[in-house]
Amino acid sequence: MTRTFRMNEVQPRLLDETGQGIIGAPLVRPEGHLKVSGQATYAAEAKVENLAHGVLVRATITKGRVLRVDEAGVRDMPGVLAVHMTDERMIRNPAQGMMGESPVRDGKYIEYLGQPIGVVVADTFEQARDAAQRLKLEYSEEEAEVDPDNASETEWTDKEDYGDIDMAMDKAAHSVDEEYITAAHVAGAMEPHAAIAVWEGDKVTLHGSCQLVQFNVKELADALNIEEENVRILSPYIGGGFGSKLGISNEAVAAAIAAKDLGRPVRVVMSRQQVFDAVLRRTETTQRIRLAAEADGTLLGIEHRDRVSNLPNEGFSEPTNQATHFLYGGANRRYRQETARIHRNPSGSVRAPGEAVGMVALETAMDELAEASGVDPVELRLRNIPETHPETGLPYSARMLAECLKDGASSFGWDQRQSPRARREGDWFTGMGVASAARMNMLLPSEARVILTPTGAIVETDMTDIGTGTYAILGQIAGEMLGLPRELVEVRLGDSSFPKAAGSGGSFGAASSGSSVFLACKAIRDQIADKMGCGGDDLTLSNGLARCGNVEKKLEDLIDSDIVEVAQIKPGDTRKEAFSSGFGAHFAEVAVHAWTGEVRVKRMAGTFAAGRILNERTARSQCWGGMIWGIGTALTEAAEHDPRRGHIITRDFANYHMPAHLDVPQLDVKFLEERDDYANPIQAKGIGELGISGAGAAVTNAIYNACGVRIRKFPAHPDVVLEGLMAFD
Amino acid sequence: MRPFDYTRPENLEVASQALTDGATPIAGGTNLIDLMKLQIMTPEHVVDLTRLPGLSDIDGTPDGGMRIGALVSNSVLAGDPTVRRAYPVLARALLAGASGQIRNKATTGGNLLQRTRCPYFYDTAMPCNKREPNSGCSAQGGIARMCAILGTSPECIAAHPSDMAVAMRALDAQVEIRQTSGETRTLPVGDLYLLPGDNPAKEYALEAGEVITAVILPAPVSGARQTYRKVRDRASYAFALVSVAAVVKMDGDTIESAQLAFGGIGAKPWRDTEVEDVLAGEAPSDELFAKAADVLLRDAWTEESNAFKAPLAKRTLISALRDATGLSGETHFDMGDAA
Repeated sequence: MTRTFRMNEVQPRLLDETGQGIIGAPLVRPEGHLKVSGQATYAAEAKVENLAHGVLVRATITKGRVLRVDEAGVRDMPGVLAVHMTDERMIRNPAQGMMGESPVRDGKYIEYLGQPIGVVVADTFEQARDAAQRLKLEYSEEEAEVDPDNASETEWTDKEDYGDIDMAMDKAAHSVDEEYITAAHVAGAMEPHAAIAVWEGDKVTLHGSCQLVQFNVKELADALNIEEENVRILSPYIGGGFGSKLGISNEAVAAAIAAKDLGRPVRVVMSRQQVFDAVLRRTETTQRIRLAAEADGTLLGIEHRDRVSNLPNEGFSEPTNQATHFLYGGANRRYRQETARIHRNPSGSVRAPGEAVGMVALETAMDELAEASGVDPVELRLRNIPETHPETGLPYSARMLAECLKDGASSFGWDQRQSPRARREGDWFTGMGVASAARMNMLLPSEARVILTPTGAIVETDMTDIGTGTYAILGQIAGEMLGLPRELVEVRLGDSSFPKAAGSGGSFGAASSGSSVFLACKAIRDQIADKMGCGGDDLTLSNGLARCGNVEKKLEDLIDSDIVEVAQIKPGDTRKEAFSSGFGAHFAEVAVHAWTGEVRVKRMAGTFAAGRILNERTARSQCWGGMIWGIGTALTEAAEHDPRRGHIITRDFANYHMPAHLDVPQLDVKFLEERDDYANPIQAKGIGELGISGAGAAVTNAIYNACGVRIRKFPAHPDVVLEGLMAFD
Repeated sequence: MRPFDYTRPENLEVASQALTDGATPIAGGTNLIDLMKLQIMTPEHVVDLTRLPGLSDIDGTPDGGMRIGALVSNSVLAGDPTVRRAYPVLARALLAGASGQIRNKATTGGNLLQRTRCPYFYDTAMPCNKREPNSGCSAQGGIARMCAILGTSPECIAAHPSDMAVAMRALDAQVEIRQTSGETRTLPVGDLYLLPGDNPAKEYALEAGEVITAVILPAPVSGARQTYRKVRDRASYAFALVSVAAVVKMDGDTIESAQLAFGGIGAKPWRDTEVEDVLAGEAPSDELFAKAADVLLRDAWTEESNAFKAPLAKRTLISALRDATGLSGETHFDMGDAA
């Protein structure tokens, strides 16, 4: 029986009282050695007999219909088993996160260049790839708009106004009114999208690379027109997701269709180029920010407008202004968003949707306000931290933004910062920049089963580990609660037959699934306390020993049969009582070459407060990854769309420039001790996306401080910086 | 990738015959295999040259130069003590290219013959005159950030991607070629490449069956300062937006000679001796360098998306020359001393 717990009131900090002492410890990942020695079986590596190989076929027009498929031209090629084209079940694009139903399907209709419109299956991968590339298609092509700046079809969000921003701008002593442009990004995970489908009668098992298993089951079932009960997904290891594997994707649907028709298991893996063609990208944005401030820099108001893009009928728009709502005060606020409906490849959630690019604009604008008002950028941020949520009036659950800014400034040596263009070493200008970090925190329903056996414990949940450290932290939570070293806790993930978890997305995974494990363990503790004859509060468990008062017993002696508890966490009233978000502060020092505009990040540091840190090592790794993507956002990373066809032409890692080792300096990450009592019963908050939020702006604000060039177009490639430098000539 | 025959000839004669019959040579394969996977190149017969004897040595030449076998890997060449001492511009250019893994596989001959990285050349959904003659050039009016601004034609604006070849051009390298007759001929490295003109698919001045066997460097310019400056979209593992190879000899306070070659901006590794003539005999100054850059760029033809390359090339050249002439006070240049 599942115990359901609603987060209706603040809970005691039990994890601060337990005796095992491993919660928060920087323990290595239990599965780490499997991953680095090639023994962890990722989706494409599942051991399946009699496997056939499918390769997706790429649409080579932007919009139109497939008229004819020259199947005969490839059907007789050696090894070719099947050509599945114009199948009505083929999805147009991957599902958006938590959609729980199939995305748009129509095997014949093409809405972006690169759309996977079919699959060719052969005995070997090479045969299938050859045939897929040779397959000739005839289209009837339609005109397609691909330029967000000139889209004829756009949608506006409803007006969202607080006070009167126009009035605030009029009476402001200092103001900023600027436009910021950010490039599209693609989550090119190290493991490309991959699936193996195996049918037994009406039931399909999918070995997939899936972030949100319980939703992916629904999406796959819906796409295939079969019952949910007939779909099982196994996703024990995922080589990176970043949002691109939130929803069921084309390779999984294609593998399932092909395997069913062939009566044989089929594997489909996207090539790197197909990943860039078809997975949900982060939209490019054009943002306009207006800030109105009093003489001392205190904000009177903020306006955040933005233009994003997506395919027609795609229900996602980058929530660009998400952090703007709660980060800084000011009574007068306005938000507007326009979504251009164009036929670039579809957009969706990519690491920190909203904050990742929205905060780059907001935090640049704040730097511009600091310059305009003559207030130090750290001080300006401190002055504008609101007492309560500026729009809802809710208190903040736990917010150490000020402490992060102060601590970061102090350890970074912010007091050594000089005025723009004041520091020059040879041909290199040097400067420092700061930006706040904020990523709103969520709790989602999540369920787990914990089994205490005489020799250890087992955790089972369909939660996933996308490289983030789920195996590590769930083992730590269970070990801490049950008084076991982590080695005695086995964590089983990513199997849809296990209790349904929140999954990995939106930084909600660790706290949501961790809470469910915590609750199941708490129920087990109550049973042990009963056996010991004491109340749960008086029980101490550590290293396999149970203690109540003067009584001490071995756990194994207390357990005659396995104790099994299933628990579910659900969000409750606490989210209406306080607003929960992770906060932090980024500091960067950069050098800018005076002649060429090249930028080198010399140092970068992030101080974060995200509630209870469950594993300092994996948490730090998350922040590093986020900060590195921040460097990419600031300096290197851009998915370039062809202006005529709309597709991404930077389709591999040689042309899509994520930061290389040489772009990334020493990254210092520090966590401030915090508990968020309103967030969940383990007082932890999400951390996967906090590290990227704001990070890029610290880098580009440092560029301004170094050489006086304000970056409003991202990334700041050498030519972008150079244009500014030449204005000083 | 399509099925293909693979042979590993015993000697150059057999290799040459296979090439005469239409085979495609492979050495490190760091570019060809990608192109085959994408079916941009679909050879029916691939001839593996990597086991051919006598092509993997680096030797001194009687006149104080160096002969680099065509199969010498980029890593070995970059780490060769004589190269590092006598031709530092070459060592630096090599290390500025690709990644460690790729340099371990890539060879000297293969590096010279690598194909453009214009993204439209690699995208079979888009027209490309180099890939499919007379289909059109998608880079024009497209994203031409990585494309050339010098030596292009209305048919093709692709840039040659090599860093190594740029340094070799500045060093007056010669390419040694085995002809089908068994005779050897040499070509200045700049003459190995054909400008796109109206036939961008024809890229090299090589006849069917000819094999590059070595690159020959003349003796280093004694006492010259050598530098390789590469500006790109990230700090490593990216092709050049602009690169400059400079071999500059000073005579007191004036420039005695300057040998300059450019990457990222040319349809082939670019050299223009008129630029060098501007500098010879003059005292270094930012104004002089700007004048030289204006000569370099006098015929530049840019797209909207790569118009920045003209000012970037100008300023990168100024910066490189400031370093190479000592004007910047930068001391990190290398002296190309005799071997």
